[in-house]
Amino acid sequence: MCLSIPSKVVEIDENNYATVDTMGVKRKVTLDLISEPVNIGDYVLIHVGFAMNKISKEHAEDSIAAYNEIVEAMKDGSIAEDEGESQYDRS
Amino acid sequence: MTEVDLIEGFRDPEHMKALAALIKKECKSKINIMEVCGGHTHTIMKFGLSQILPDLIEFVHGPGCPVCIMPKERIDHAIALASMPNTILATLGDMIRVPGSKTSLQKLRAEGKDIRSLYSPMDVIKIAQENPDKNVVFFAIGFETTTPMSAVLVQQAIALGLKNVFFHINHVTVPEAVDAIMSGGDAKIDAFLGPSHVSVITGYKIYEPIAEKYHTPVVVSGFEPTDVMESVLRIVRQINEGKSVVDNEYARAVSREGNLKAQELVNTYFEKREHFRWRGIGDIPKSALKLKAQYAAYDAEIVFDDVLPKEELNDHKMCICGDILKGKAKPFDCKVFGKACTPTNPMGSCMVSSEGACAAYFKYGKLSLKGATA
Repeated sequence: MCLSIPSKVVEIDENNYATVDTMGVKRKVTLDLISEPVNIGDYVLIHVGFAMNKISKEHAEDSIAAYNEIVEAMKDGSIAEDEGESQYDRS
Repeated sequence: MTEVDLIEGFRDPEHMKALAALIKKECKSKINIMEVCGGHTHTIMKFGLSQILPDLIEFVHGPGCPVCIMPKERIDHAIALASMPNTILATLGDMIRVPGSKTSLQKLRAEGKDIRSLYSPMDVIKIAQENPDKNVVFFAIGFETTTPMSAVLVQQAIALGLKNVFFHINHVTVPEAVDAIMSGGDAKIDAFLGPSHVSVITGYKIYEPIAEKYHTPVVVSGFEPTDVMESVLRIVRQINEGKSVVDNEYARAVSREGNLKAQELVNTYFEKREHFRWRGIGDIPKSALKLKAQYAAYDAEIVFDDVLPKEELNDHKMCICGDILKGKAKPFDCKVFGKACTPTNPMGSCMVSSEGACAAYFKYGKLSLKGATA
């Protein structure tokens, strides 16, 4: 029910329908629920044939960059992979 | 960045391990986290998140599956509507499989009734246009996510002057259900994972009263596994700092205010019901919507009132779905789980849809025996 997948807008027609590409599968969705302008190349979140919202690439990239930093911190030893074990064993 | 990165970028095992290590390091006390949405239940089970998280983190599977919370009497409504002559009944998801008191829509379809499971609600308009001599009833289900889509349908039906399309509205709302679970005082829940797509529509502001009233952190989370892991970390940090506020991990799609156009459409066509009975939980005031009185000509519950059964129907007394939804029990604690109650022959609400907690445990359960608490 709640599955929805980021999809890329590849075409927009005069009836406010967009053709979106979802990992190689193309389908038509309505843009009726979106008030801000949608452009070709934007990413939208699709749910049961409706685009619900645009997805912020910047926010997505920020999240992934933050995860990479944590991984780096683990690699250089500032966060040990088994750190916290003793705390959690005590409880 | 591509749409593949937007998915795979949030499934990286290295990121998940790193987040798990941080959570392990920082988590100091037992935390019961309710994920309200059935989509999160599946992420947790499918990606085995309980296995990489410390035992101190326990997930409680909430009532966020719209098919699961539909009481049997309303499934009987769908069956009664589909049984009317000259009628097409359309609905979404696995509603079609769910047994009512005597039969299911699926069985009725096998007997020749015209029942359609749609990919998109917009198909209702096309079906109504192609079948002007038939009544087309849309059995509308879902939380705040799908309500605006039903509103668009009503708007289009009016704009196109369609007289043969009717709506049986079963749209329910998250905050009232969470409040009902918490206000009993016996639910063991310390924090919430806020739903992804409900929040896209409503904005995360709708959870602020819950965080304040029950002193529970609420972190709105995306559906990918690293989204859930990061949200758990944010919950742990709030608890360590003694905070209980609404936080938004899913900033790439959710804002505080949400999709205002969608909210306006909902407010134009719908209003609160006084009461709605939730399967497994019971009656919750103001927890669902109905069409406003001026759209009564489109309201299947009014137009076809004479064929709709009125009796309330409860689940078998062996079923413990109510306790599961409140975090007081796990699916493995249920005597009928996986025996008398299975996805093909569900007895209770949590097994009826693939999004339900019991259905998720049934599908992925061998990976999650940790979930079998006493």
